[in-house]
Amino acid sequence: MNNVKHRLPMIAGAISLSLLAAACGSSTKSTATTTVAAGTATTSAGGTATTSAGTTAATTAGGATTAATGTTTGAGATTAATGTTAAGGSSAPVDVSKLSASLNASGSTFVGAFVTAAIDDFGAKAKGVKITYGGGGSGKGRQDLADQLVDFAGSDGTIADADKAKFKGGDVLYFPVIVAPITMSYNLSGVTKLQLSPATIAKIFQAKITNWNDPAIAADNSGTTLPAKPIVVAVRSDSSGTTSNFTTFLDKSEGTGGDGTWTLKTGSTVTWPAGVQAGNGNSGVAQIIKSTDGAIGYVDYSDAKAAGLTFASVKNKAGKFVEASLDGATAAATATTVKDNLTFNLAWADGDASYPIAAQTWILVYKNQTDKAKGEATKAFINFLLTDEQAKAASLDYAALPKDLDAKAIAQLDKIVIPA
Amino acid sequence: MAITTAPKLTRRPTPADSTFRYMCLGAGVLVLIVLGLITYTMTTKSWDAVSHMGLSFFTDKHWDIANQHYGALSYIFGTLYSATIAILLAVPLSLGIALFTTQVAPLWLKRPITYLIDLLAVVPSVVWGLWGALVLAAPIRTFFNHIHDIFKDVPVLGTIFGAAQGKSFSTAGIILAVMIIPIITSLSREVMETVPPTDREGALALGATRWEMIKGTVLPHSRTGIIGAVMLGLGRAMGETIAAALVIGGAAQISSNAFASGDSLPAVIANQWSEADTLQKSALIGLAMTLFAMTLIVNLIANSVVNRSERRRAV
Repeated sequence: MNNVKHRLPMIAGAISLSLLAAACGSSTKSTATTTVAAGTATTSAGGTATTSAGTTAATTAGGATTAATGTTTGAGATTAATGTTAAGGSSAPVDVSKLSASLNASGSTFVGAFVTAAIDDFGAKAKGVKITYGGGGSGKGRQDLADQLVDFAGSDGTIADADKAKFKGGDVLYFPVIVAPITMSYNLSGVTKLQLSPATIAKIFQAKITNWNDPAIAADNSGTTLPAKPIVVAVRSDSSGTTSNFTTFLDKSEGTGGDGTWTLKTGSTVTWPAGVQAGNGNSGVAQIIKSTDGAIGYVDYSDAKAAGLTFASVKNKAGKFVEASLDGATAAATATTVKDNLTFNLAWADGDASYPIAAQTWILVYKNQTDKAKGEATKAFINFLLTDEQAKAASLDYAALPKDLDAKAIAQLDKIVIPA
Repeated sequence: MAITTAPKLTRRPTPADSTFRYMCLGAGVLVLIVLGLITYTMTTKSWDAVSHMGLSFFTDKHWDIANQHYGALSYIFGTLYSATIAILLAVPLSLGIALFTTQVAPLWLKRPITYLIDLLAVVPSVVWGLWGALVLAAPIRTFFNHIHDIFKDVPVLGTIFGAAQGKSFSTAGIILAVMIIPIITSLSREVMETVPPTDREGALALGATRWEMIKGTVLPHSRTGIIGAVMLGLGRAMGETIAAALVIGGAAQISSNAFASGDSLPAVIANQWSEADTLQKSALIGLAMTLFAMTLIVNLIANSVVNRSERRRAV
């Protein structure tokens, strides 16, 4: 019975096979390159084929020389692309019922309910367009878009500078579609009204305040009797845009932007102190709060409402305690500085009425579309999200974009370059 | 063990023989190739993070993404702690069920019990996880706190049964135990059924009680199989991802308190993968490699335990 002796050559074999694996590894790389090359070939072929048709359009389009420059498609494709931009621009809206395409998308689960509702409403008008939104999280959406697996992606965050090179299709445009507050939901029997300042929240989520009757909490809640209960901190176990937005708020108000009370920095996952209770998804956190007396956590507005949670008012940058509401989020979006590429951050916004913790979602698309039918359908769908569907946002517990931001996003649609 | 060697047969090679031979050899080698590829891929892909952290990847307990500091120790601890709790709960129960169905239960009861236990194995792990998170976590906190109240002044037990959280090492341990009970039970039952009836009848004829018969014949005969079954269960408990992710609590900490929240290797991988950046992904693959190595070590230990007990018996 010398099993161990028998096993030794096997292990040795497994290790030596690693060498074999090395060879396989390099061959995979070469396959990948071939695929890319093939993709480019198709694109340029399509472009050249339509050059003759596109030339006249381009001449009439005049100054519209935005052009597909980032890719290797060549001059022929550029001319063609310019032609369609003029024809399909938002100034002359396309007849959506004539569009025919099948679009794939993935990303932010936060915006999921809004996009899904929009897909239904859009589908009623554009019968030829089939859109699938796969969810999976903002990170997955960005990754899928980078790998060109989807036609557009939903993302609660922007693309990190380091990752920009990974996007195979070149420049990406950001279209903000909705904003929404993130609530500080809590469950504390006998307490129906609670006010929290960012400093207190930062201390609670770093386990520096561990009891509800702490003087720091009492200072913001004169007149409320706080029980001597331990605080149960509920956080997200999965990496999430909600965590990222919540920690951005704390970092801006109390961390690098404040006196340094908040030391956990920002991110879609941060290192919480020992003793937190983590739930999966916003609904998972809501469930922990609902079932635990003494719990507090950050939950997006629609899930907090759906779970029937009570939420605290939070002190904003102007020093006012503001209740989490859709109007508060819209106010923050109005007050915030929007960059030229339409990216912005709602956390810790100026303004008396601004609620300081809010999330936003962008639809990300490649500036240079490679397929006419898909490109037009994508553009029409984003246009729909920014116009008709905005009126529905409140009924789905999202805040609509402020008017001027919405107008900027609609104007940006013209930047999408669609091949003819 | 007095096994006579079979007489040497003269070899008459036929095409069918050699084809079968190479097919079997191919199947065996394929397993090794796949394992080798897994090891190779995980090593190269985790190399960035492991070389960035050095040995402290395994000995540091701080997993701090914002500062690019990756130490896996608290997750290694969480994996081992929850799996140990699961084994402590599942082994006595499983062996009890196996002994009951093979030695005690009447035939009409034996079949439905066996069937129901096997049915437990069919329940997907996410269902167990959700049940743990939605149904079990809240009330069990009260129960754990009762235990904490009883033991809080007892020296060692006081630190093990500390102040309770709903999602904790123990909650995960309970869910994992339920998941591995069918594995350990059915494997143990199979080996217990191979105990020669003559041995059992002999023991009973010598005047042994039922328990003495079990202790004297059934358990020694099936010891190897039982250890194997427990090791399979332990492997499953250590590698379980989604159920653990839902009920373990998600706090990176090393605490002797079985009622505190923690995190396990597979749960961290599942939770953080989707939004991870390059170095973090590499660190997560490092966690996968750690888990792979841990499972291998556990199996090697189990093997040597089995071998030693076999040798002692053979003497």
